[in-house]
Amino acid sequence: MTVFNPRISFDAAPWRLSGVVYGTLLNDRAAMAAIGEAASQPPYKAAPNAPVLYVKPRNTLANSGSTVAVPDDAGEFEIGASLGLVFGRTACRVSEADAIAHLAGYTLVADLSVPHDSFYRPSVRFKARDGSCVFGPSVVATKHISSPDNLSLRVSVDGQAVHTASNAGMQRSVARLIAEVTDFMTLRAGDVLLLGVAAGAPRARAGQRFAIKSDASELGRLEGSMVQEATTQEHAA
Amino acid sequence: MKTARVAYGGALHDATPHADGVRLADGRVVSEAEVVWLPPFEVGTIIALGLNYADHVKELSKELTVTSKDEPLVFLKGPGAVIGHRGFTRRPNDATFMHYECELAVVIGATAKNVKRANAMQHVAGYTVCNDYAIRDYLENWYRPNLRVKNRDTCTVLGPWFVDAADVPNPHALALRTLVNGKVTQQGNTADMINDIPALIEYLSGFMTLQAGDVILTGTPDGVVDVNVGDEVITEIDGIGRLVNTIVGDAAFGR
Repeated sequence: MTVFNPRISFDAAPWRLSGVVYGTLLNDRAAMAAIGEAASQPPYKAAPNAPVLYVKPRNTLANSGSTVAVPDDAGEFEIGASLGLVFGRTACRVSEADAIAHLAGYTLVADLSVPHDSFYRPSVRFKARDGSCVFGPSVVATKHISSPDNLSLRVSVDGQAVHTASNAGMQRSVARLIAEVTDFMTLRAGDVLLLGVAAGAPRARAGQRFAIKSDASELGRLEGSMVQEATTQEHAA
Repeated sequence: MKTARVAYGGALHDATPHADGVRLADGRVVSEAEVVWLPPFEVGTIIALGLNYADHVKELSKELTVTSKDEPLVFLKGPGAVIGHRGFTRRPNDATFMHYECELAVVIGATAKNVKRANAMQHVAGYTVCNDYAIRDYLENWYRPNLRVKNRDTCTVLGPWFVDAADVPNPHALALRTLVNGKVTQQGNTADMINDIPALIEYLSGFMTLQAGDVILTGTPDGVVDVNVGDEVITEIDGIGRLVNTIVGDAAFGR
């Protein structure tokens, strides 16, 4: 089998990512269950009905192999391993049955967050750090990944296996998530939607290296390293 | 200087105000209704503020679970939600409370990271008007306001003009208002922001790098009311612009 494995790029064909990236919070059943009774208490009052989404803005986007600065005030990043769904054509009000056909392919994503316990307010300060959305190493066409909903993602830190996540535990499958999201917002070619991060995401601090690998070898191995944030200085453009 | 981006005669054009409408860069003068208005600049990251006017906080206080104002309430939006002047915004048939929000939009002009308040305004390129709709029926208390409320197709209106910062000596003294079918329903002044523009740039650039084209929607004062299919909604900020939008129903979208 020949696998077409172009490198990820944010500005070059054929896999021209638009830079628009949406993440999905608490799609993993175990992650939702971990919140327990608190989900029905204030401030949440009830478990979410619709997918809980967030934006990874353009300052967060980075290729596999990048070095990410860990914020001084956080000390560590949570490594959220997720399957990235890369759209190949405009998806608006897509049915579950047609959803996968709107994808160009899949990629690995390390969604790095400053650890936080409250999900009441949009946690932009925790989710939008520079370089905190690491992609790649490649986008693999959908036809090569027959069971995206059963993939396992393995996270290692400094070469040690620290976490294994399975998409099988997701409340919404790839197709279901696409159907629900595109009911109210259109996604376009090059946009990316993250399926979700499994419960118990590991953490890493400055000086450590991290990697994500899945049981679909075509997706390759995402790598990155963390360094201490440079002394805070004003950036004069 | 005020500039717009419009489509006319099969091409995109930069345009400037003219007594008879707009003047295209190539010299043609056409009426406001003859062109299709696009957002007036290439929109980067869209950063929105909730509860940034004291009176609006009071207006919504009954439904707020938490009232702490320690940190600005910030959320992000994607480009798919954005439309221009004289565009059409969809009200879903099942919505019972959909409201506009008239906001001063601050456009970043130069990369900003860890910028202090004193230098913040140097990073502002200019301003435009935003009408940032919300459909409160879909509010849920997870990453609230959730994207289903605030990041819907057609629900973030920007324009008509991009106004150079140099032409706005004090962005914190601008009267703003909303008119629904010609009747004033919302009035306020940018002087009443809780976190002013330098405070927002200092706060945001403290954890993320802002880039040229990023835009900060600075929040809305009180006076939000339900709007219905067929309503003409005008959000207006003195010296910045008068942004016209029309509410349409599901049928227009084949739903």
